[in-house]
Formats: sequence, C-alpha cells, structure tokens
Amino acid sequence: MAKVFKRTYSYAFLIPAAIIYLLIFIFPTIMSFFFSLTRWNLTSWTFIGLDNFKMFFQEASLLIGFKNTLIYALVTCVLKVVLGLLLGVFLTSKIRAKGYLRSVIFFPTLLSTIAVGITFSMMMHPTQGLINTALAAIGIAGPDWLGDTRIALLSVALVDVWKGVGFATVIYIAGILSIPQEYYEALEMDGGGAFRKFWNIILPLSRPATNSVIILSFIGGLRSFDLVWAMTKGGPGFTTDLIASIIYKQYQGGYYGLATAGNVILFIVVTALALPLYSYLNRKEAEL
Amino acid sequence: MSKQTSKWVAGISTSVLLAGVLAGCGTTSTSSGDTKGQAADSGSKKADEKVTISLLIDNTQDSVNIAKGIVAAFEKKYPNIHVEQETRPGGGEGDNIVKTRLATGDMTDVFFYNSGSLMQALNPEQNLLDLTSEPFQANVIDSFKPTVSSKGKIYAGPIGSTMAGGWFYNKKIYADLGLSVPKTWAELMANSEKIKAAGITPVIGSYKDDWTSQLVVLADYYNVQAANPKFADEYTANKVKYATDAGALKSFEKLEEIAKKGYMNKDFLATTYDAGLKMLAEGKGAQYPMLSFATPALGQNFPDKMKDIGFFAQPGESAATNGLTVWMPSGAYIYKATKHAEQAKKFVEFVASLDGIAAQSAASMPSGPYAIKGAKLPDNVAQAVKEMTPYFDGNKTAPALEFVSPIKGSSLPQITTEVGAGIKTGKQGAEVYDKDVEKQAKQLGLQGW
Repeated sequence: MAKVFKRTYSYAFLIPAAIIYLLIFIFPTIMSFFFSLTRWNLTSWTFIGLDNFKMFFQEASLLIGFKNTLIYALVTCVLKVVLGLLLGVFLTSKIRAKGYLRSVIFFPTLLSTIAVGITFSMMMHPTQGLINTALAAIGIAGPDWLGDTRIALLSVALVDVWKGVGFATVIYIAGILSIPQEYYEALEMDGGGAFRKFWNIILPLSRPATNSVIILSFIGGLRSFDLVWAMTKGGPGFTTDLIASIIYKQYQGGYYGLATAGNVILFIVVTALALPLYSYLNRKEAEL
Repeated sequence: MSKQTSKWVAGISTSVLLAGVLAGCGTTSTSSGDTKGQAADSGSKKADEKVTISLLIDNTQDSVNIAKGIVAAFEKKYPNIHVEQETRPGGGEGDNIVKTRLATGDMTDVFFYNSGSLMQALNPEQNLLDLTSEPFQANVIDSFKPTVSSKGKIYAGPIGSTMAGGWFYNKKIYADLGLSVPKTWAELMANSEKIKAAGITPVIGSYKDDWTSQLVVLADYYNVQAANPKFADEYTANKVKYATDAGALKSFEKLEEIAKKGYMNKDFLATTYDAGLKMLAEGKGAQYPMLSFATPALGQNFPDKMKDIGFFAQPGESAATNGLTVWMPSGAYIYKATKHAEQAKKFVEFVASLDGIAAQSAASMPSGPYAIKGAKLPDNVAQAVKEMTPYFDGNKTAPALEFVSPIKGSSLPQITTEVGAGIKTGKQGAEVYDKDVEKQAKQLGLQGW
C-alpha cells in the first residue's frame, strides 16, 4: 500500500495514453504481422503461410529495390551531412545577412514534397526543361536527368538533398552554437587558424549534431517514397524503384497480403540497419 | 405517432415538391411535359418524395462531361431523383479507392468502373447488385455482357462507347509522303522508315505516363488470338505463356523492334500523354499507338485538326488476318447495400437506353460504336472513328485479352517501358511479365497456378 502512495501519479493516468497507443500502434502492428501471412482482399482472407514472403523475394524488381534503397539512403545521408556541416559553419561565421541566408537554406524544407517533385521533374525535362535549357545556353548538352537509367536515381537523390539539407543545417547551427566560447579563446591563445578551429573544435564537438543528422537522414532515406513517386513513379521501368514504392505498387495491384508482407520486410530492414548504427554512434558519442 | 410523423413528412415533401415544380415552370404557362411527368410519378408508390442517389466517376474531363450530360438528361426525365456526382482519380489509385470503399461499406449507390479483369477483382457476388433479370439487358449487345458477369450473373449496363487499341496516324504526313495504311507489320515498319527519313518522328512515345507504353503489346491481341484462337482460356488455365507462345511473344518483340530502330521521339521517357496527343495533331509525330479513347481529348484540344487524324488496327504477319482489338465500355454498377435500389436501377436503365446514348454522344465524342442495340453513331463522328467502322462491319474485331481473361499483371506498364526503352529485350520482357501474371493469378486464387 505504502508503495503505491509513494508514486506521484497513479497508473490510472496512463490509461488514456495506453489505449491510444494500443489502438493506433500495437494493434495494427500485430495485425500487419498476421495479414502478411494471408491472401487478403480487405474483407476475407486465407492463411497461406510464408508464401507472400517467398513471392516478395522472387519479385524481379525487388533486388533492384534493395540496392536502390541502400544507394539512395547512403547518397542522401552523406551529402546532407557534408553539405549541412559546411553550410552550418558558414552560417554561424561572421557574415552579413545571416538571418536571411539561414531562412533561404531552410525554405525548401517547408515545401510540399510532391510539389517539389513535380516542379523538378518538369525542370529536368531533357529538351524543354529549365535545367537543360540553361545548360544549352552555355554550350553544355545536359543529360536526360530522369530518363537515363544510369543517373535517374541520383537525380532524385539530389533533389532530396536540396530539399532536406536545410534541416540538417539547422541541426548543425544549433550544435555549433552550443560549443562553449572558451575553446575558441584557447585556440586563439595557442595561435590556431581557421582550419584548426574547424578540424579540432567544431568537427569533434558537433558530434551529437552529426549523429542526429546521420540517423534522421539515413532512416528517412531508407523509407523514402513520396519524392520518388512524384518524380518518376519508380521508372523508367523499375530503375528508380525503392522498397517503399514496390510495396505501394503491390497495394495498387490489389495484393494486400503481399504488400503487407513487404511492409514487414521494410520494417525489419530499417530496424536491422538503423539500430546497430544508432548504438554504434551513441557509443562513439559516449567515448568523447 | 409514427404514422402521424410519416404523414407529416409526406405532406411537407409534397408541398416542397409542388413549390419546386411551380418554380421550375417559371413564368411560362404550365408546360404539358412537366405536368405529365408529375402525374405519372405521383401514380407510382412513394415516388413523390425526392430521392438523392450518389454516383462515383473517375475524374478525367471526358468522364465528367459524360456523367454531367447523362445526369442532366436523367433528372429531366425523372425530376424526383437527384443524382449527386463524386469524382475519384483514375488508374491504380482509382482502383484502390473503389476497392477500399466497397470493402468498408462506404460506396456510392451507383458507380462507373472498368469492365473485364478489373471488375472481376471487385468481389462481385459480395459487393454488387445482380442486374441479370433487369429488362434493359435486352438492349445490351451480347459481347458486352460476359465482361461484367461473374458466375453467370450480370452486374452492369454499359456506360460510354467501345474503344479500339491501335495506331492513330497523321493523314497529312501519310499523304505528303505517299504512304498507305499498313496491313502487315512489315509495311508499318517500312512506312516508319520513310517517315524517319523525312525527318519526322515515326512513332510517338509518351512513357512519362507509363500506361501508354503498354499499347503496342495490348493492341496486338487480335493477332495473338488469330494465331491461337484458344489463347485466352489456355492463358487463364496456366497452359500458355507470353514468353513461350510464338504469337504472344511477337507482341513484345514488336515493341523491341520499335525501340531498336529508334523510331520514337528522343524524349519519349519525359513525354506525357497530353504532349503525345499534341505531337500527333501538330504533325511532329506521324503515328501514335494508343486507345481510341483519346478521340474526345483530341477533339476538344485540336478541333480543326480532327480530319487529319486517322486510325488503323495494329497489323500482324499477314494482310489476310488484319483486325482490330476492341476495348469494351465501362460498366454502370449498383452497390449491393444501396438504400435506393429502385432509383439506382432506373438510372442504370437510363444509361443503357437510346435516350442515354443520345445524352452521352451529345456530351462527348464517341470513341467507337456503342454497346446498345440500335444505337447509331452521330453523323459528325471523328474521322478516326469512321476509319474504325469497317473493322466492326466486317466482323474483324476481337475483345482485348483483359476482357476474356481475369488476369492482367499489374507491372505491365513498367515492363513495357523497359522493353520500349531498350533496357530489356522483348523475350526478357515477356518472361518478367509471365512472372508478374503468375503473382496475380496466385493472389486471385485461380485454379492451376
């Protein structure tokens, strides 16, 4: 009895939140594990064991999907970290119009992904698009950004970086501004230049920011869907298909059980990649 | 108490209705037509109450026009029934919406949706109202009925006209270069070579809208079934495959040939369907493999170019078996759990009547003959559709595969894009498509897969 009274709040306070959590997160998760083992048309289902998973792994375009998802996540993640850090350093230095520049960098983050996708796919049109027309004016024959199967995925990834780098920059700005002034003063005493300041102070001490950016953009890249769908719908053919767009196509085909199996696979893949990464980065941070 | 209430409701609704009629008549002296309709309706039971039924259509301009025209004509004939229209997206997204709304019990009373394999995926026994014994079925042509039937029951009346899959061509370019309509594939390729030599794009590709990439394969079905009349049944029973049936494989190889010879516009992967139509009308491209349902869109955007646009069936090996692959009209279905079955049936009956056809062809250019007995095409029908009629008159048509088999793989647009873009050969494309089809057949739980 006495133990209960020691607690500030009773368990009853947890019930509303717990119900919502159960209803909206736990229940659907369990249901999706179940339906991934069935042939399901939304009203009736037949249990078919692991057939859906077997079929998903036999899907010709799935291997491309895995490869593309990894490439996409890595490319966007690395570029966001590098560019975000450089922009962060630039925007915390003593420059004019800092506030204005910061909002310009952050602006794309506020736009709707679909709008960005549609706009860029028009700008990337090989003959009438803004980008290639501009390149042609200075005598460069631009590539078919979204039609060339070798670069289509990278084109989409670049747009993703353009849209997402502002967010990474903001995290870096916060990280850099929280570095205590004493370090800089000590460096000045010792006579270090700008490079030393970056390499020995900003880079190691903004480690927590780096970790956040890596985790957020890597997971974001793994489960990315909207931009690819707005720009290429996974095409030409299957060349820019990601796991998420493959799953969506299965839903569109009406293969609900199969698509749910795909979601379970995506869940496992994201967890298997993100969890070790997260704990590795955290360990590193603790070693600091 | 309840009796009193219903009397009240009846009284109020009658007076509301009367007021409506009076307002409708306006200043003119009572028009005899209105009074007649009013008298006839009040004769039938419960018909004095104004009923609203809902109708779901896809959001292409043409569908909206047709629905508007037909609803206006219907409401004129049945002033007591109001039809409220709702739109949905087309394509795969639209399929999803229709299936989800049926599954969650949130469907409109009437909805227009594809016939054929897509209709089979709606779980008809459970979701759709059986219209087999409705009198209007006597007006419907027989070849339409199987495409909206499941297990011997008919679930729809036809909405819209039939369409054909084949090649639009620019008659001006053909005349300038002295070309004639090809009857064999070799002739088509020879024509294309000459067009290319003249510096014009021979084949318009609009793969940015990837469904358009399927047309060469789909429109080839007349030739497939000419070579193997039992193809559809054997295909459904998993006995023939695209990659192993010589005739069917040709459909993919034809696309490969177009890709290899570089007949398509350079930016075909970034060209949209609308841009493709523009190229055709403006003579920047000479030929466009497409469904004839592009006719109303062409008519709307390029009315003065319509006489220059012709249409021919996708040719096969020999001129003797040259025929047209035909798409059936969509169906007007009634949701099984509708609360207004009587009114919904009246609406579908109207859609499938000669009056309904008149309203449809006034609202939108037909893209082929109608599926109603005795329905005539208007005199001002598009040149392209005029060129389709000899195939119908000579009985040289066959329904597309999706109307004679429940299976159609959902990845065909991506696969044909790959073949058309030269990423895969025709043979590889056919093999991948066979796998895709196998997936759908298994998910449908068909026998023999």
